[in-house]
Parts: sequence; structure tokens; C-alpha cells
Amino acid sequence: MTAQAPLIDNGLLRFLTCGSVDDGKSTLIGRLLYDTKTILADTLVAIERTSQRRGLAAVDLSLLTDGLQAEREQGITIDVAYRYFTTGRRKYIIADAPGHEQYTRNMVTAASTANLAIILIDARKGVLTQTRRHSYLAHLVGIPHILVAVNKMDLVDYDQAIYERIRQDYLDFAAQLGIEDVKFIPLSALNGDNIVERGEPLNWYQGPTLLDILENTPAAHSERDERFRFPVQYVCRPQKSDDPALHDYRGFMGRVESGEIAVGDEIMVLPSQRRSRIKDIQLYGQSLPRALPEQSLTLLLEDEIDISRGDMIVRAEDGSEKSARVTRQIDAMLCWLSETPLDPQRKYVIRQTTRETKAAVGGIGYRLDINSLQQMPAERLAMNDIARISFRLAQPLCVDAYAENRATGAFIVIDDSTNNTVGAGMIL
Amino acid sequence: MSTALSSHTTLSHLDWLESESIYIMREVAGQCSNPALLFSGGKDSIVMLRLAEKAFRPGRFPFPLVHVDTGHNYQEVIEFRDRRAAELGERLIVRSVEDSMKRGTVVLKTADESRNKHQSVTLLETIEEFGFDACIGGARLDEEKARAKERIFSFRDEFGQWDPKNQRPELWDLYNARVHKGENIRAFPISNWTELDVWQYIEREKLELPSIYFAHKRPVIRKGGLLQPVTDVTPAQPGDVVEEMRVRFRTVGDITCTAPVESDADTVAAIIAETATTTITERGATRLDDQTSDASMEQRKKEGYF
Ligand SMILES: Nc1nc2c(ncn2[C@@H]2O[C@H](COP(=O)(O)OP(=O)(O)O)[C@@H](O)[C@H]2O)c(=O)[nH]1
Repeated sequence: MTAQAPLIDNGLLRFLTCGSVDDGKSTLIGRLLYDTKTILADTLVAIERTSQRRGLAAVDLSLLTDGLQAEREQGITIDVAYRYFTTGRRKYIIADAPGHEQYTRNMVTAASTANLAIILIDARKGVLTQTRRHSYLAHLVGIPHILVAVNKMDLVDYDQAIYERIRQDYLDFAAQLGIEDVKFIPLSALNGDNIVERGEPLNWYQGPTLLDILENTPAAHSERDERFRFPVQYVCRPQKSDDPALHDYRGFMGRVESGEIAVGDEIMVLPSQRRSRIKDIQLYGQSLPRALPEQSLTLLLEDEIDISRGDMIVRAEDGSEKSARVTRQIDAMLCWLSETPLDPQRKYVIRQTTRETKAAVGGIGYRLDINSLQQMPAERLAMNDIARISFRLAQPLCVDAYAENRATGAFIVIDDSTNNTVGAGMIL
Repeated sequence: MSTALSSHTTLSHLDWLESESIYIMREVAGQCSNPALLFSGGKDSIVMLRLAEKAFRPGRFPFPLVHVDTGHNYQEVIEFRDRRAAELGERLIVRSVEDSMKRGTVVLKTADESRNKHQSVTLLETIEEFGFDACIGGARLDEEKARAKERIFSFRDEFGQWDPKNQRPELWDLYNARVHKGENIRAFPISNWTELDVWQYIEREKLELPSIYFAHKRPVIRKGGLLQPVTDVTPAQPGDVVEEMRVRFRTVGDITCTAPVESDADTVAAIIAETATTTITERGATRLDDQTSDASMEQRKKEGYF
């Protein structure tokens, strides 16, 4: 194997970068890709050419994260883009969300799959309203790890006192929001200080480099909810009458969203509350002794019970307080994503795990002013609004609080006249 | 997949990607009433077939395999395609650009114009013929800039058009495949894979590939940093210098627009070693048609290309 092929495979980490325009987000990502040698030669030639055409002296690494034609013409990034790189130890997926005021929805989208958020602060500017907003959103969407990167340290003479002041400012308001796991790092994305290599002028900083932090942040499932959650996606019934092994085969296919289960364990199916035991756990012909978080596999049960897509298999002994809630009413924080405002008179479709139901708005508790974090009364919701809301449901859903389980606590709202995804919800 | 995993073990990156792709395929099967899986015989679609096996066996695939043939494919690849579909016992539907040309729905500007971009027309005709509401494709986001922003479930209107400005937001793993009649979804289960991931998976799963993926001798012409294979459809022109070189293909597609690279790698392990240290992106090295502009893929996708 070569140096770059993973020898120790430490899985896959998804992270998100956020900052205000010009804080250096694109430069930081470009630097990470460049220093981990992910930028391939022809791409580099293309951005060198563009840099020259625009009359820039040095190669502008931020061009690497530029996206589509129209956006290139406008010179801004306006949607979420994903980038990939590997260090040989770990594979990374970066979600790049733009920093514009009006793009709450993009950040919520990018954050929904991220396990770590890098929040960029310009050392000259310190903690801004946008910093607070990004941090609140990262927290709302349940990103477990937050890394505050104080960038452009070269422009403040690498002054430790400035870094410490920003750090203290941030901690003060993070405490108000209830953000717990925050790390800090001083950087110069432009010069590459503390990205992959340490920077000589930052030698007062003793902590790990940005890449060290990325390499050692736990991947999602190892610290998630321990309760077993298996939403059924698809039921496999080969019904091959000539093959006795398959004649009565009924496999329940899905992905373990959290927790574990082993052959012989007692399970319960929601919403029916029927019980059975795990007879076999299969992956492509192979039988596994246990099912682990994030594995897609097939469960076979001892008893013939009626199960279809949208049902959820949980552990029977979890009891009522540990079991998922089966409910026809949900309270949630909702981010509105559509240009067409939410109309409380209308019915919508809600999709949660593998289940779908019609839903009516019960009431809007308040709209959150994302800058002041104040609660405001609201009749309707416009794009990028975040609100506390309740829905009444035509069919029951099997839910957990989002704060405890991102997979079973999240839902999307669909407008069934356009089929568009118009809202993103987090169950309280 | 290793059975030695214990509690709190992180899935390896390949296990994680595999699991996500299986999940996506099952969502297509669960949400759509008449999906199809596009299968070309290329390495990405060979990986897709293994993922489909892992997603649906011991059952049959809940979709047929569909290939849009330009008529300019390497014979090895076409034979491989037919053999693989037969081994799996799954239904293979082949529709050809040449039929669209006969119908008059594809009109070439010149006889030797690449048929690659005209695949879109034949694909849309095939979608209409069978009433597919979803097509599962093997595109990866790392292949090209325009793809980096495309959704995993990508909505296409009744003309097959992709509107990059008006995509459905995609949050968590909650995919929205709802469409009205005539519209459809393109689903990309291996969006999050890179070329290296694909090769590592091929090695791990010991997947068989068409022989042209491995180093072999072939007459080629050097054209602006790329190698153009000399074939019946791409013959040498007067003045061309034909060289016999050891090459392999990194992607296989229409002969007129797929270039091989110089290589001695004749095993998957050797290809992985080369891929891990390579300095040219896959499309840059191998696509004779993408060179014109950065934005050419985006333009073609808007017109219904995969
Ligand atoms: N001096 C200095 N300039 C930086 C640094 N990081 C980014 N910049 C510059 O700040 C400007 C904005 O950076 P960019 O990455 O485009 O910001 P974005 O809008 O957050 O993506 C560019 O001119 C960068 O070269 C840094 O660490 N030091």
C-alpha cells in the first residue's frame, strides 16, 4: 500500500465551516485541500489561470471552493457545496455553507449532517453578531463539536492577548446558549499557520493543529444515543416457492440509527407494539452476531408479525421511558426553507425517518430573532425564519427528542402541491 | 464487512460509505414506484451493482438495469455488461442513440461529432417509454465542479432539466423523491465517494472489471496532453503520429470522448497506488469533451445529461 492509502482507518468525519463573508472560509478549505495534497494538478492550473485573469498576485486558494457558473459570474457562493479529502487515516466531507445573513437555511442544511463545526472569526473583528448566529444554529442543529478558529492572526501581529480576549468573549455567550464542547485555535489560513503545520509565530499556542483536531474528533455514532432505533425502509419477500430457505423469508431492511442489537434480543415494533426476538442479522448473505450503529442490514424475526416500511424496531426491554414516543402531536423548532411562506391554514406532509404523514399546524409559539435571540410573536413564517411550532398529525410518528437522537428527532416538511421540501424540523 | 467490530467501533470509511449507499438505494425503492438503475459496464456502475446486491439480496432488484448505448462503446465493456446482468439474473434494458438518430430525434451536426452528449435525448426517451419515476446513477460529487452542488436526490422537470438555482433542500438523511407525473428523480447513491474510494471498494469486494481498466498495449495519438485511442470510430488522420503505448482507462464511456492514461498498473492494487499519488483529476485526464470550459458539464446537466 502507498503512503496515502489508509493504514489505520479512522472512519469518516463530516464537518461544516461557517463565518461571515471574507473571514477566510474559502481560503481555509483551500489550504486544507492543498496541504493534504487533495488539490490535483489540473485543478490547480485552472485556478492559477483564473487568479491571473482577475489580476491577483498569488494563487487564490478560495477559488477552489467556487461553484457553479451563475454563482461564479456573481462572484459569490450561494448554496451548500461538499468537498472531499482524505489524510490516509480518515476521510472527510466538508460542507461549505455561505455566510450571508439571509442564508440561515443553507447553514441549517449543511449543519444537519455535520459532526463538527468550524466557526471562523476574523481576529481583527472578534465575536460578531454573525458569530453568535452561526453558533446558535450549530447548537440548534445539534452539532456535537464546535471549533472556534480565530483567523487572520497574521494581521494582528500574532498577538496572544487578542486571541485570549476573543476566546473569553466567545465563552461568555456560549455559556448562555448552553454550548458545552468548544475548542479554540489561532490560525492564519493564508499562511497556513496551525492548519496542517504549526506556525512559528504562533508558538505560544500549545494545543493541537486544526488537522490534529479533525483527526481526533469522535465520529458520530460512538457518542450518540445508546437506545436501539431501526426504522424499516423496505421489506424483502423473495417468495421463491422453489427454494425452501427463501419460501417464508421476510427480511426487514434498514439502517441502525442508534444503539445495538444482537441475535436473540427481544424487540418491539412501533407503532403496533408487537414483540418478537431477533432470529438473524444479515448483510449480503452473511449472518452477523450483532448490529452496530450506522450499519445498513436486514433483520429477521422469530415470529411472523406484520411490519411495513415506516415502522420502527426498538428494544423491547427499553420500557416506556426509554422507548420512542408514538404520537399524533409534535412540538418542534422549525426552520422555514421556502420562498413561499408557511401558511398555518394549510395542510403539509411531514417525513420523519421512513415515515410520512399529513400534518396541520397546531400553533406557532414564537419566531426567534436570530440576531438578538429574542422570541417574537408570529402569524406566518418566511424563508429563513426559525420558530417554535406544533403540528397535529394524521398518522402517528415514532419520535425521540432531537437533542437526544438526531435521526429519530428530525423531520422535513413537504408542500404536496409542489412536492418541494419547505421546512426542516427538530422535535422538542 | 468485518464481524470483529465491537461496541463504539467507528465504521471504516468504506463501511460507512457502503452503508449510506445501501440506505439511499433502499429509499429509492421505498419511495418510488418505478425506478431504474443506469448500468454502463463502467467501474462506478459495477460498484453500484454490488451495492444493489447488498441492499436487496436475497430478493431481486426492485428495478431493471438500463443502458443508453451510443454505439461507440468498447466491445469488452458491452460484453461485460451483458454477462454481468445475466450472472445477476436481472433484467437489462438497452436503448441506443443510433435508434434516436433513425427516429430523427438526435441529429448530429457532423457525422463524426461525439454522440456522448446526445445520450440525454435517448435517456429521456427511455424514461418516457417505461414511465420511470427515478433513475439511479453512479455519479460522484468529486468528479466535477457542477456535481459538487447537486443533491443526492436530484429533481428533474418533464424535460429532464436540472435547475441548479432551484434545488430541493436536502437535510439529514431525509430524502424527498416525490414527483408529479412526467417528472423524475435522479438518485446518486455514491455521491460521497471519491475515485480512490471506488478503487478501494473494488479491491475489497474483489469486483471484476472489463479488461480495458488494466494496463494493456494500444495504439494512441498524443493530442494536447491527452491520449486519443486509435479505433474504427476514431481513426488516425493524415499527419497523426501513432504510438503503441501501455495504457489503461480510468473511466470507460463513449470511445470518442474517453482517453486512456499511460500506465503499467495491471492489478487493482497497482491502480490504487497510482490513484493515491496521481496528480490529475479523473475528468481532466480522460475526458476529451470537458476541456473546452469549466462550465461545460453544468451546461449539459441542465439539458438533461446525467
Ligand atoms: N492576511 C490574511 N488574509 C486572509 C487570511 N485568510 C483569508 N484571507 C484573505 O481574506 C480574504 C477573504 O478570504 P476568503 O477565503 O475568500 O473568505 P470567505 O468569504 O470567508 O470565503 C481573501 O482576500 C483572503 O486572501 C489570513 O489568515 N490572513
